[in-house]
Amino acid sequence: MTERVNRFVLCTSGDSVKVYSTRTEEWLHSLQGHTNQVTGIALNRANHLQVYSCSADGTVKLWDFIDGILIKTFIIGYPLFAIYVSEKHDGIVFLHIAMDTDSKNECFQLVAVHLPKSAEQEVEAKELSAVSSRISPNPSCTAFGREGQYIAFARHLQLNVYFFRKQKTYSFSLKATDKKGAKNAFTCIACHPADDCIATGHEDGKIRLWRNFIHTKEYTYSTQHWHHNAVNTLCFTPEGTNLLSGGIESVLVQWQYGAGNRKEFLPRLGGSILHVSTSSDGQLFCTSHSDNKITVIESSFKVCGVIQGLVKGDAVLTDLMIDPRSKALVLNGKPGHLQFYSLMRDKHLYNLDIVQQEYIYEAGLDQFEVVKAAFDINGYWLATVEERGQKSSDLEFVLKLWAYDERTQSFVLNTTITAAHTDRIISMCFSSSEETTMLVTTAEDGQFKAWCQGADADTQQDQSFWSCEFVGSYHNLKPTNCSFSADSSLLAVNFQEVITIWSPDTWELLTTLCQPPGVVRDLCFGRLSCSKYLIATTTRNLLCCWNLLTCALEWSTSVEVSKLQPDPLSENVAAFSYQSKHTDLFVFKPSEPRPLFTHKNMCSEKIHRAVFVPREEPLNNCDESSQWLNRSQLYFLTQNMDLLTFSTATEEDRMLSSSKRLVIDDSVAVTPFYLLLGKHRQQQQKLNTPSHPAADKPQQPQGSVTITELLHTPAHVLPAASVLCSMLVSSLLISNTGVRKDPLREMESSEQEMNSEKEEEHSEEEMEACDSQQELRAQGSVDEVTPKLSKAQERELKRIRKTDFSWMTGLIDSKP
Amino acid sequence: MGEFKVHRVRFFDYMPSGIRALAFNGDTERMAVARMDGSVEIFHCSDRFFQEKIIPGREQCGIEGLSWVGERLFSAGLNGGITEYDLTNQKVKYTIDAYGGPIWTITGNQQGTHLAVGCEDGTVKLFEVNEDKIQFERNLDRQKSRIVSLSWHTSGSKIAAGMMDMIQIFNVETGHSIHRMLADRGVGTSRSKECVVWSVVYLSDGTIVSGDSVGMVKLWDDQTGTLIKSHNVTKCDVLALSVSQNEDSLVAGTSEGTVVQFQFVSMVLGKDDKEWVRTRTFKNHTHDIRAVAEITTAVVSGGMDAQLVVKPLLDKIEVRSAASALRKIHFPHRRLVFCARNSGLMLFQYPGHLELWRLGESEGKGIPGSSLFVKRNPEKLLHLKVKGEDHIRCSAVSPCGEWIVYSTASSLRLYRLHCDNNNVSITKISKLPKVLSSANQLCFSSDSSHLFSASTQSSVHIVSLSQSGCKFVGTLKPKSGSHQAIHLLAASEDGEWLASANSDHEVHIYNLQTRKAHCTVPVYSSAVTAMGIHPTTNCLFMMYADQQMCEYSIEQKQYTDWSRTVQRKGLHRLWMERDTPCLNVMFNPQNPSHVILHDTYMLCIIDQSLPLPDDKTQFYNQLTLKSLTEDQRKSHSHAFKVCKTFKDILCVELISDQSLVVVERPLEDVATQLPAPIKQKKFAT
Repeated sequence: MTERVNRFVLCTSGDSVKVYSTRTEEWLHSLQGHTNQVTGIALNRANHLQVYSCSADGTVKLWDFIDGILIKTFIIGYPLFAIYVSEKHDGIVFLHIAMDTDSKNECFQLVAVHLPKSAEQEVEAKELSAVSSRISPNPSCTAFGREGQYIAFARHLQLNVYFFRKQKTYSFSLKATDKKGAKNAFTCIACHPADDCIATGHEDGKIRLWRNFIHTKEYTYSTQHWHHNAVNTLCFTPEGTNLLSGGIESVLVQWQYGAGNRKEFLPRLGGSILHVSTSSDGQLFCTSHSDNKITVIESSFKVCGVIQGLVKGDAVLTDLMIDPRSKALVLNGKPGHLQFYSLMRDKHLYNLDIVQQEYIYEAGLDQFEVVKAAFDINGYWLATVEERGQKSSDLEFVLKLWAYDERTQSFVLNTTITAAHTDRIISMCFSSSEETTMLVTTAEDGQFKAWCQGADADTQQDQSFWSCEFVGSYHNLKPTNCSFSADSSLLAVNFQEVITIWSPDTWELLTTLCQPPGVVRDLCFGRLSCSKYLIATTTRNLLCCWNLLTCALEWSTSVEVSKLQPDPLSENVAAFSYQSKHTDLFVFKPSEPRPLFTHKNMCSEKIHRAVFVPREEPLNNCDESSQWLNRSQLYFLTQNMDLLTFSTATEEDRMLSSSKRLVIDDSVAVTPFYLLLGKHRQQQQKLNTPSHPAADKPQQPQGSVTITELLHTPAHVLPAASVLCSMLVSSLLISNTGVRKDPLREMESSEQEMNSEKEEEHSEEEMEACDSQQELRAQGSVDEVTPKLSKAQERELKRIRKTDFSWMTGLIDSKP
Repeated sequence: MGEFKVHRVRFFDYMPSGIRALAFNGDTERMAVARMDGSVEIFHCSDRFFQEKIIPGREQCGIEGLSWVGERLFSAGLNGGITEYDLTNQKVKYTIDAYGGPIWTITGNQQGTHLAVGCEDGTVKLFEVNEDKIQFERNLDRQKSRIVSLSWHTSGSKIAAGMMDMIQIFNVETGHSIHRMLADRGVGTSRSKECVVWSVVYLSDGTIVSGDSVGMVKLWDDQTGTLIKSHNVTKCDVLALSVSQNEDSLVAGTSEGTVVQFQFVSMVLGKDDKEWVRTRTFKNHTHDIRAVAEITTAVVSGGMDAQLVVKPLLDKIEVRSAASALRKIHFPHRRLVFCARNSGLMLFQYPGHLELWRLGESEGKGIPGSSLFVKRNPEKLLHLKVKGEDHIRCSAVSPCGEWIVYSTASSLRLYRLHCDNNNVSITKISKLPKVLSSANQLCFSSDSSHLFSASTQSSVHIVSLSQSGCKFVGTLKPKSGSHQAIHLLAASEDGEWLASANSDHEVHIYNLQTRKAHCTVPVYSSAVTAMGIHPTTNCLFMMYADQQMCEYSIEQKQYTDWSRTVQRKGLHRLWMERDTPCLNVMFNPQNPSHVILHDTYMLCIIDQSLPLPDDKTQFYNQLTLKSLTEDQRKSHSHAFKVCKTFKDILCVELISDQSLVVVERPLEDVATQLPAPIKQKKFAT
């Protein structure tokens, strides 16, 4: 669900609403406060700086999205599934609520809720009146018509139009199919802003434009057909000149309204298009995609920005991995790609095309997917396996090895092995030694193979390719997992119940370990001081730990483990256990059978993917329960593709304080004047909050910026020399604080300055809103101020904030 | 139901001719259809589109336009003449030359005073419509290029003309052009090709709608001569336009075979600022649509694929019924095949010639449903070309197979067939009585001794045939004094009775012994599509266009009890919903209670001894009956036994050796003989 104004784009994300800048594509802030999934957002038509959001927690919240301030909370009391507002219906929001308390039979109704006008922060809205019960669970199947006079909603094969003034519903039905095999079920609705015309999207890709719908008989519609699959979203531009549509094809189609089938296309946008919305002036469109992406598009049909979250594919088939170089999280991204995602900056870095084939956006096609990937310890090699035909019998798979190219700063294909095994590759791992890199793959054909970078004599090139060095098997059993010990002196491969230990130097079977019954599901070596231990989990709910020096079972415990994840930087091993419909987390050291940390009932889904992400600098936590998080952080992926993590209390504090982000405020046009004067003014600004240490950057001599700016600006746009002179001089002077500043911080301060200015602008029209803003700021900031302040006190506070605290930054900077 | 040996005939290569023009008369609810071969057909729109009248065409007579003026029908064609039709006698009344080269279009004004024709030489010629003739009045300003389309304003003072690359508006009073509006040519390679304005429609509010060869439907303002809006309808040509009578809907036929509807709807509900908006698209044709007409409740379209499609507009229909279903008319509602019952000969009537075939013979018997081995192939005996340019209006072969007769608009020819072994020869009977100059319908008596020829004013001439020649016996005249032409004749087996049906829905019964009118069947609102006189009971069995059936006892001059029962109980819903009329009524001599009927899709035997089905009983119950035991079958069976083994039936006839002849003309075969349609790119091909 996305909603946008000219400068900001809002989208729901889990239990918060994220605000992005359309110009910089930067994440500005989140509107946090809901306790459950946010299901819908809608701009307040009365005040275009406010947005309503509704959530499954049964509340509607009104926000000032520019400052990220919660203005009001309306408690409805039922889980809400969608929200609609219209400028005609002031103080009323329309909500989808479930008919029955158990929402499994998918019966929804549309209710109008009168929002009570009271000054309190939390208000209970009790005035509910049902509009209709023939509501589709799909929120895009409801839309307001011209000037809010009617509301159109569709379910299955029926379109209903409810006129508020007449209080009458008109219904129009389509046949389920016709002779030509059309699938006529409605999928989305949009209403023309000026004309009485309803556009509906259908399952078979048709778009119908309905007119004359105040007659049950003489209604009429025209049909247009371009999409080959269901139309996911429809949206009229604010003037109503164009209709935008999108679907699985990932092509944004612009239909000229009233001109038959004249249309424009914007293809290859990424995942299938889920929502389209336009800015209020019609200058920008934005589309949200199934792969967790928002594309910002100019009205001239050019993509001008992409806001990419963690790419959400159909499924994460690879493990979660950490690229040792960039410390980025690596997993399946776009179809056929691996994505690199910086957890530090919460930003998508890039996609690496593994399959190198054009992906066809059509439902039900069997296409190549990356199913396995592994990095070596230095991040110099990447091994990938791609597969096609998982469902059918003729399986195709390719093993590829990629080398990191320092020059291009990316991975380059080194070797492609088409028939690495005769059957599917189950697992693979790189040896962890620094000197020789070796890849071991296990496959369903009962063999494991070791691959080495062969120094082939006959290839005269300086680069060398990978070739098979050793093929191993054990009693024709199927190998499932393989793992190298920390020093790469041992290789453990398990063949169903049996774990075999091999020496990678001589390829000698050293010993076998076995703890029947139950097939080994997962195995790993201990790290650091515990590297003599081998831990394995079995299907019969057993977690075993062997001492490899004695080749004896050290301890075992009965626990159902779905995922075993060792921390590379400590001895700790995390085990996710799925029992009675919820997942528990145990963190333990292999040397002792007692867990260090237990988190019961962590989530209700099974966890199959997890990773320890090394911290840039270790924390010094003495708290026993969070000590295991000192060196690295644990991330895990649920089946809903939510990436979750554990964080310590101090981290949360810091996250709160660093929630102020940089923004280029584009309320002022960026002219040379602005750059010059604005920058100059910024330098007069003082910092008041210490910024995040990670944001520090190399610093420049300050005056030179202004000078180059001055020199590069055409003379005819420069202000009078008298103005410039004083400015130039002051910029060359060393500022009285003597503290070096960096542009980043300056921008931050300017942003806050802007905010406070804006507050003053709006303070008259939204008194109560301003109050709550102050309140929240007070909570967030370090100042101990009582929530209620008089106007004079407020002013005073602002003045204090503008005064110079930069000496404090200096102190902080100099401390480490 | 009975077992029959069936001659399944598929060697009748009948090709329906493409539809070139349509004209709808709202007052009489009649649709006039002009075909490529020059024939004009009149369909009755409120009587289930029954083809009431057929005026056969002529060689080299391409009709380009049709126009009603009141109840008079005019056509104009590329031969440069304007033709008025005599609809009562179903023939051409007169043709006058317009002296302007080939005529592309003809249209009459709403006042019914003038006809305008658009000629190749660039003139629009006005003709005054007089009482019995039309008279040339004057030319409007001559243009450089041909006039392709014309449309009158309702006031009759202005006329819009579509031509090459432009549209002109003429003031009828002065004859001068008021506005000249240029139609854009296509882009790219078609830039060099002229844009032909195939069709214009002048609306009463001053909007001119044009359809052109670029594929655009354009709306123009006649006050300023400017383009208001243009809709790109197709990549090919927009060939025809038609507006509904209250001017709230407009249809455009394209050469892709689609009909696109535009509606005049208010953009904001409840307000009056209406706009023409493209709404629905119908695709029922495979080839070019050459003519469309929007009638009160439906869109009628016809084109190169020779079918007339009636697409109902559901928003204008009060009650949905079988009469308001999608209808495709492929074949004429007249018989084109005649059987010599006693000699196994078939006469096929083509527009320009007749063919006589001898049926094949098969060997032995087979189980029901199996096909028999053909011992002797069917054989074409005769190919009889028509003398002159006129097309055949009607023909007949005598039951004994000795006489063949056909009639065109101008002449009637009677031939005697000599058939000894493999030598076939015919002799033309030279001295025909004067009354037999032309006939609307022809029929032989069952003993082949008399020929009945339906003539003008609903009269029937009787001619006796003998070895020596033929002799005029007398004329039968109806008491009613109707002038309409007879389209059906039925003679009784015993030679005592003759029944005639005319387009006024009258059925007259004559006594052939006394040569007097015996009685008249009460006039029913629907037209008779087929009738037959029962050989034993002498009851006249009639089928009507609305699928009703009646049995009338000639001797008692009243409906029979069975017929009254049928009327009282009503017919089954599924029977009433069939969309083609019954074309023949036969009686099974083996079983007098059996009446055999057929339409285009099925063959039906009505057993008058069995109870009638009501709406709750299963109508098509043959399969169910098969699975039941003998006793149960009795309680379940009803009078209607329908056989759907055969499709696209042109004729079913029972011949004397108790075998049925079923003449089929599969639509697939017709489609293969049509010219190739416009090639279109389809998704995923």
